[in-house]
Amino acid sequence: MAEEKRLMKGNDAIGEAAIRAGCTAYFGYPITPQNELTAYMARHMIDHKRTFIQAESEVSAINMVFGAAAAGARAMTSSSSPGISLKQEGISYACGADVPCVVVNVARSGPGLGGISPGQGDYFQATRGGGHGDYFHLVLAPKSVQEAAELTFEAFDLADQWRMPVMILADGMIGQMMEGVTFPEPRDLEKLPARPWAAGGQYKTHRPINHVSSINLVPDELEAKVHERFLRYEQIKKKEIRFEEVNTDKADLILVAYGTSSRVCLGAQQMAKALGIELGIFRPISLWPFPYDRIAALAAKGKRFLTVEMSMGQMVQDVQLAVAGKAQVSFYGRCGGNIPTEEAVLAEARKLLGK
Amino acid sequence: MELAYGHPKSLKPIQTKYCPGCGHGVIHRIICEVIDELGLQEKSIITNPVGCSIWADLYFDIDSVQPAHGRTPAAATGVKRVRPDHLVICYQGDGDLAAIGTAEIVHAANRGEKFTTIFVNNAIYGMTGGQMAPTTLVGQKATTAPYGRDPEGAGMGYPIHVLEMLATLEGTRYLARGSVNNAANVRKTKQYIKKAFEAQMSGVGFTMVEILSQCPTNWSMDPQESVEWLEKNMIPFYQLGEVKNTLEASK
Repeated sequence: MAEEKRLMKGNDAIGEAAIRAGCTAYFGYPITPQNELTAYMARHMIDHKRTFIQAESEVSAINMVFGAAAAGARAMTSSSSPGISLKQEGISYACGADVPCVVVNVARSGPGLGGISPGQGDYFQATRGGGHGDYFHLVLAPKSVQEAAELTFEAFDLADQWRMPVMILADGMIGQMMEGVTFPEPRDLEKLPARPWAAGGQYKTHRPINHVSSINLVPDELEAKVHERFLRYEQIKKKEIRFEEVNTDKADLILVAYGTSSRVCLGAQQMAKALGIELGIFRPISLWPFPYDRIAALAAKGKRFLTVEMSMGQMVQDVQLAVAGKAQVSFYGRCGGNIPTEEAVLAEARKLLGK
Repeated sequence: MELAYGHPKSLKPIQTKYCPGCGHGVIHRIICEVIDELGLQEKSIITNPVGCSIWADLYFDIDSVQPAHGRTPAAATGVKRVRPDHLVICYQGDGDLAAIGTAEIVHAANRGEKFTTIFVNNAIYGMTGGQMAPTTLVGQKATTAPYGRDPEGAGMGYPIHVLEMLATLEGTRYLARGSVNNAANVRKTKQYIKKAFEAQMSGVGFTMVEILSQCPTNWSMDPQESVEWLEKNMIPFYQLGEVKNTLEASK
């Protein structure tokens, strides 16, 4: 039975979704604008008799996640941009040891301390493997509180399925705003996917010992391991690409944006419609893997693109890669914690269209 | 005929990669003897450090988790919290624990995490080739202290008494310092380990055994000289014994 819609902050909704997904271990460290999420987990994980620790640092929090997940638990940490930089070491180790976990970035503006207002300047870090070494991991970008809850719930399954960290790349706007949200039924902890590779519980099955580790000093063996991971990445690219399109069939100019900036683009698209101007919207939901093929197909139909971001232009490089010089790609962005206005996006689009 | 002494089941019957005279092999062995005596081989998880003993997962015949340099107490925290019925052994060297991982060890100890830290203190960085450790003695030479550790003149600071520092924290319940420089000390150290593991399995707070150990290669000595050097130089500074024991208070 579907539950009633609740009015919740994005940060709280991500926490509730994680608990329902079977997250039994959460480790966090205070940082704005994701503090409600850590507080939500503190209250509700303890009530559910699950593990909550306010760690001494983001570095420790991600390593607690590494340990808990390596020992078989569905584990999560959350932070915001500067804290996510600190977690990159642990994310690299989790990727290198194939340890599934969920990492939430309620991103703010940077670089450095930057500001505490929303930002999308962490796109490169999130999608290019922000730590050291050859790796990628899934990155999902919600546009609303409802989608933040859905993607967080699903992220735990994806992490188990593909044996990798899954990042939810939200921003301060998604984390802080309140919207109506409904949640899926909580997962039965007894029925979560088995982790036969994890440490612990050997006495139950008498299996050979398990090592959860990223180290291998034999070049051919390590290379084979990395190759195996990249074959998995090819599978992920076939199965996990997600995006949403609005009016891309009618419009010649397509606004490309994710998360909060895609909401702004939707407003601009509706304003344009009232003026008799057709604009399309292409919203990547999976930022890695990125929907290159679909954008290439739209480019082949003669479409043009205006990428809108809360940064100086990061995802725009993926759009350029997708069109491979076969279509015009323009960019409009704000940074420093500023959010593009619908009017400014519309004006930019009209300039490009000459209408 | 009864077998009086044999190879521990929890230790794989293979030769280690450790240098001749290194203490890690003996330390691995006594840990495994205790695991066997407690019947916990299939219920133990070791979290390994970064340093020479990164090889521990080749030798311990138990499940293992390998986190980043210094982060081992954080990872062991995660492991123990979700596997509270297991014996969790957090194995660390002096660089791992007393330099890069100071935040992790202090806060794990302060939370009273219910795993046991085995802290191998050989007063030098081994794996990377003999650099100064936080526990390097005053005057002791290292590749990064070629004229010897000079605490004030060269601003290298003083060697850290980790156990004494952690003893001030309420979460720590059992802190002992042993050594593997001779057979008597090995036996005593094994007793400390056993007491710590038994305490862990009874569910009390943080337990830790520091073990003074030789590094002949990076001390530029032969194995015999190194055990004598440890006796003469390290033991007077890092005094052996139980630094803190509040296990009785919890019964």
